[in-house]
Amino acid sequence: MSAETVLFIVFAGIAVMAAVNLIWQRHPIHSALSLIVVMVSLAALYLLLGAELLAAVQIIVYAGAIMVLFVFVIMLLNAGEEERTEVSHAAKFLGVPLAVALTGLLAWRMWAFAPAAAASAVTDQNQTKMLSRLLFTDFTFPFEMTSILILIAILGAVVLAKREQ
Amino acid sequence: MDLAADCVVLSAILFGLGVVGFVFKRNIITIFMSIELMLNAVNLAFVAFSRQWHDLSGQVFVFFVIVVAAAEAAVGMAIIVLIARNRHSLNVERVNLLKL
Repeated sequence: MSAETVLFIVFAGIAVMAAVNLIWQRHPIHSALSLIVVMVSLAALYLLLGAELLAAVQIIVYAGAIMVLFVFVIMLLNAGEEERTEVSHAAKFLGVPLAVALTGLLAWRMWAFAPAAAASAVTDQNQTKMLSRLLFTDFTFPFEMTSILILIAILGAVVLAKREQ
Repeated sequence: MDLAADCVVLSAILFGLGVVGFVFKRNIITIFMSIELMLNAVNLAFVAFSRQWHDLSGQVFVFFVIVVAAAEAAVGMAIIVLIARNRHSLNVERVNLLKL
């Protein structure tokens, strides 16, 4: 087994276990910490796939900014343990098999679209440079639109969370 | 064993776990975290396909997904704070004003 395979198995295992733990834990802060573990192991997988810039962005924006927001809100609202409520029988017996079926179907269809023949693994030395060039030439318009989106999101968050007079 | 194809399968598994969390969890913050998990799974598939097809557009899309996720988290958290303030609970079962 190559080092790549070993690293993939390690980080994929960590990601899946942390995702299961996210669902298993009843306290939101434990779920949030599990989600951070998922995100960091995904960043490691991005590095394995040759996307260095995205790995850095994943850690800085996702594991940093977004998860800090989650943890901050959990602290602010003093969120306690989840209450256990009755799940309907249909959900209890059909839910998990249907979720497994969905996962299998997704995996099967997407696997078919990943051509194994093209796996020459030619990672470009200057991928970050090419990515930036693409972002500022072909994708300029969407890129500028995201700044407006962020602005609207800031306004929306302030207006929503503001206390009524 | 092919790395990109394996990453695609891992992405499907993480997406499935996100769906399970979204449906079964009762805490509104945890439901939101399940949505983030699903977004992450999709990002992983994008990066894997980008490598497999030697096309960097996939990675540009991941950028945009991350930006949208950040905006969504900001607005979503504001809504969660608002719900918690009005309903005094984070349980989604208590948020049933629109339920017949």
